[in-house]
Amino acid sequence: MTIRDVMNIVEGKVLYGEELLDNPVDTACGSDLMSDVLAFVKDKTVLITGLINTHVVRTAEMLDITCIVFSRGKQPNEEILEMAEEAGIAVLSTKMTTYTACGELYMRGLPGTKEKTK
Amino acid sequence: MAILMEQVFPVESGAYATAGEASTTIKRKLKQLGIDANVLRRVSVASYEVELNLVIHSMGGTLTLQVDPEKVTLISQDVGPGIPDIDKAMTEGYSTANEEARTLGFGAGMGLPNMRRNATEFDIQSQVGVGTTIMMSFALKG
Repeated sequence: MTIRDVMNIVEGKVLYGEELLDNPVDTACGSDLMSDVLAFVKDKTVLITGLINTHVVRTAEMLDITCIVFSRGKQPNEEILEMAEEAGIAVLSTKMTTYTACGELYMRGLPGTKEKTK
Repeated sequence: MAILMEQVFPVESGAYATAGEASTTIKRKLKQLGIDANVLRRVSVASYEVELNLVIHSMGGTLTLQVDPEKVTLISQDVGPGIPDIDKAMTEGYSTANEEARTLGFGAGMGLPNMRRNATEFDIQSQVGVGTTIMMSFALKG
């Protein structure tokens, strides 16, 4: 699956990263709790979240997350988008709730991230 | 082992807006050195967790990055308040984080266990009224 596929499935809008849309996505994670997001392996992962602040982008950058989807139509501010651009992370916005967006992606074969083992 | 790089980042107590800047700089520096992506991610996660802990819990401190040919080392040192019960603090789900940290998506009591899980070596020393020192190293070769 690519970021473009994710965008189509969640009927999302690209807020940053038109040129990143053909990059691959292997797993997904849906959470508003960044502490939990940090506890999972993320490689070519898309993060679906209803939390909007700069720490979502920082957390994503630390984990090499390739795409953030903000659910329920929430709009990140300029600062958040600038940070995403600097980190090279695609940002989408969907009108779906986190649960529905995750469900749609899972149904089409995008698996969840696995808990970290050393 | 000869240290190839050392840098000290001051971390301010309660500076939620800038929390994570040191870790972002550390990640970008290590990436330039061409460190393995998997090791880099583990260092980044642990660095971000420990930096957040300094902001949320400490009265201020420093995060030190050291690189030698065999490993990356992160040392967090603060000036208090110290941890009364380290075993409890190391338990997943136990947290003393305030409301502000929780609003930002943190304070779930996952930080210290997550650091220990990601580091090759992990050591924590703390004295109430004095401060806490956390040392983590990450082997560059398996």
